[in-house]
Amino acid sequence: MDILAVLIPVSLLLGLGGLLAFWWTLRRGQYDDPEGDSHRILRGDYDDHPKS
Amino acid sequence: MTDTLHGPAPISACPACIATPSALDRAQAAANDRGARIMLSVPDAHCAVCITTIESDLEKMPGVRSARLNLTLRRVSVEAESDVTPAAIIEKLETLGYPAYELDPGQLSMTETDKQGRDLLMRLGVAGFSMMNIMLLSVAVWSGATDATRDLFHLISALIAVPTVAFSGQPFFRKAWAGVKAHRLDMDFPISLAILLATGMSLYETLNGGAHAYFDAAVMLTFFLLAGRYLDFRTRAVARSAAQELAALEVPRAIRLTGEAEDTVPVAELAVGDLVLVRPGGRIPVDGVVTAGQSELDRSLLTGETLPVFAGAGLVVTAGAVNLTGPLTVRVTAAGKDSSLHRMADLVAVAENARNRYTTLAERAARLYSPSVHILAFGAFVVWMWLTGGDVRHALNIAAATLIITCPCALGLAVPAVVTAASGRLFRQGLLIKDGSALERLATVDTVVFDKTGTLTMGAPEPVDLAQIPDEDLAVGAALGAASSHPLAQSLAQAARARGVIPVLLEDVAEVPGHGVQASWHGARVRLGRASWVGADPLDVTAAYLAVGNRPPRAIAFADRLREGAHEAVAGLQAQGKRVLLISGDVPGAVRDLADRLGIADWRAEALPQDKSDAIAALQAEGRKVLMVGDGLNDTVALTTADVSISPASALDAARVASDIVLLGQSLAPIPVAQRIAARAVRRIRENFAISFGYNIVAVPIALVGLASPLIAALAMSASSITVALNALRLR
Repeated sequence: MDILAVLIPVSLLLGLGGLLAFWWTLRRGQYDDPEGDSHRILRGDYDDHPKS
Repeated sequence: MTDTLHGPAPISACPACIATPSALDRAQAAANDRGARIMLSVPDAHCAVCITTIESDLEKMPGVRSARLNLTLRRVSVEAESDVTPAAIIEKLETLGYPAYELDPGQLSMTETDKQGRDLLMRLGVAGFSMMNIMLLSVAVWSGATDATRDLFHLISALIAVPTVAFSGQPFFRKAWAGVKAHRLDMDFPISLAILLATGMSLYETLNGGAHAYFDAAVMLTFFLLAGRYLDFRTRAVARSAAQELAALEVPRAIRLTGEAEDTVPVAELAVGDLVLVRPGGRIPVDGVVTAGQSELDRSLLTGETLPVFAGAGLVVTAGAVNLTGPLTVRVTAAGKDSSLHRMADLVAVAENARNRYTTLAERAARLYSPSVHILAFGAFVVWMWLTGGDVRHALNIAAATLIITCPCALGLAVPAVVTAASGRLFRQGLLIKDGSALERLATVDTVVFDKTGTLTMGAPEPVDLAQIPDEDLAVGAALGAASSHPLAQSLAQAARARGVIPVLLEDVAEVPGHGVQASWHGARVRLGRASWVGADPLDVTAAYLAVGNRPPRAIAFADRLREGAHEAVAGLQAQGKRVLLISGDVPGAVRDLADRLGIADWRAEALPQDKSDAIAALQAEGRKVLMVGDGLNDTVALTTADVSISPASALDAARVASDIVLLGQSLAPIPVAQRIAARAVRRIRENFAISFGYNIVAVPIALVGLASPLIAALAMSASSITVALNALRLR
């Protein structure tokens, strides 16, 4: 059962990591236009360089 | 919600009575050094190609720094130098084939909405991730962890759950507290009670080494209900930003003549007896009498008349009419509160007060739900206190389990899910729902009343039988027409251009206000205008008359074009068994013509605004549910009186504010479709109530006898939430 001492912190950290990633995407406005983004991903315009 | 949506109606219904020039201030504030941010609604954008076309073409315009199309909200935001006007961008979009409307760049309110949405989403995310972690630990407990391991897992769960509930549950706690202070019990109270009681009891059990902890259930409840709250918020935010912020274009100012000077003053400062100058193209700001000048007036928004009327000295004019050709001086006879515009606004306010506030299905269900759940939980507590001889801990545990199991997910999640799915579908059809309850009201409609001018028709006359006019005459007519701002002349010039006729070159072009345009062409006098002025015998239809030199004058007849989809809308509604009526302020001939063309048997002409709303009230008295479709100022009272109302995006500000649903596209065809979607949505809502009621019938007895383990509570709650959400999604 000693493995729990490792696994529990690991699962908590993974959850926290997910939450931080979610917070980051939220701050970057990635949920503002889901429909448009689903079309934009198929465009080749900015494949070589990001839109400035 | 309803109140805030309809609140501005009396003000906007009276564009002439607003004292604060807020539109001007905002425009100036936007045009500062940083350049301007222009927001436009583009209802027809729907595909990947639209993104490319719109963004790249707009960015090619001089002065435009960047353009971004938001496809979810069907909205373009353009960053540009301050000399780029929204009108130029609208024109550009128009040539690309996308009709656009300017949105009020009320930046503050927009970011405020964004902030609220992100805040809810953040709380939802926190609840979601905590839920997953706690669930992992709970599964271990359910699969047999005992003693020290179980207590440890419970303790870790508590460490995650307590901060989560404190953070994510805030929207519910705050609203529940506000409700308690106002002495009313709404849905938020049982929700808050269930979350807090479950968390509190579980914490107590954990610290005392108890077997049952409901942390997973408490956090899951928070998560599902927040999801419902967020969906609800999204629906409202989209509707509000697009429908309410369509910019008001009229600026409530007037030009007052004092002696020799002209000064621009707010309309509210005008007094009876003042002289007001109304330039061509301007809206008459007050009621009054024309003292000088000749022109024609377009009264279609006020009365529904298609034909402009002649205006000369001595004519009594009402506020709201548009001056077409020449400058007019008007002596004010009534301003502010006494003007006819303001009286109309008063009528709207009266109709709004009379409109019974509609109670939605969810509100009715909540009224039934809240007390019964509290009685049930309290009853369980009392009975178990008595059975166990005063074991508070056990009795409270059972009361908490009961509260959790009767989870109001069907109310909190299922209704927003259905409304979101339905308004999403309607939005793709080009309809904007301003108020969630409008969907339910639309579902019950059995009678539809249409306005004529601007609703069933485009409100813009078009020349008919152009083929019978020789090209040479048409070229002269087109050249004359292009020189005038009169709608018939403009329409003639446009139609000629569409036929490929190249206008001739004219000399000495002069507009004679109130009569027409004249010029000389190869030495001969040419005229386009009224019958008497040109020297022709007037026809009994809308017509302009063209005289070329000494040849006999020629009549060019005009007809108001039918709005796209009018046939489909009327036929579709009739096929659904709805009674369709046409009530217009126009003359009987024109109304009868249109009614015959569309197959509407019930029609009324020359109806005043009050007549329209009286007719609707009479229908309602027969027990009918009335949908009103209209666009004019003369329709606002009727729009408010009707059970539910629709207006096209081209409608006057006041009409749009007074109506529940705005048609974003040009076509009327989506109306029957919308009615069908609304009926289906209401059926789904009822089904969802039935589903969650079914779950409760099974689960509540289990909780009451004390057999509800945390596992059963979690299963019952997630199963019922997921079923109702999936059922709602069937609507898509």
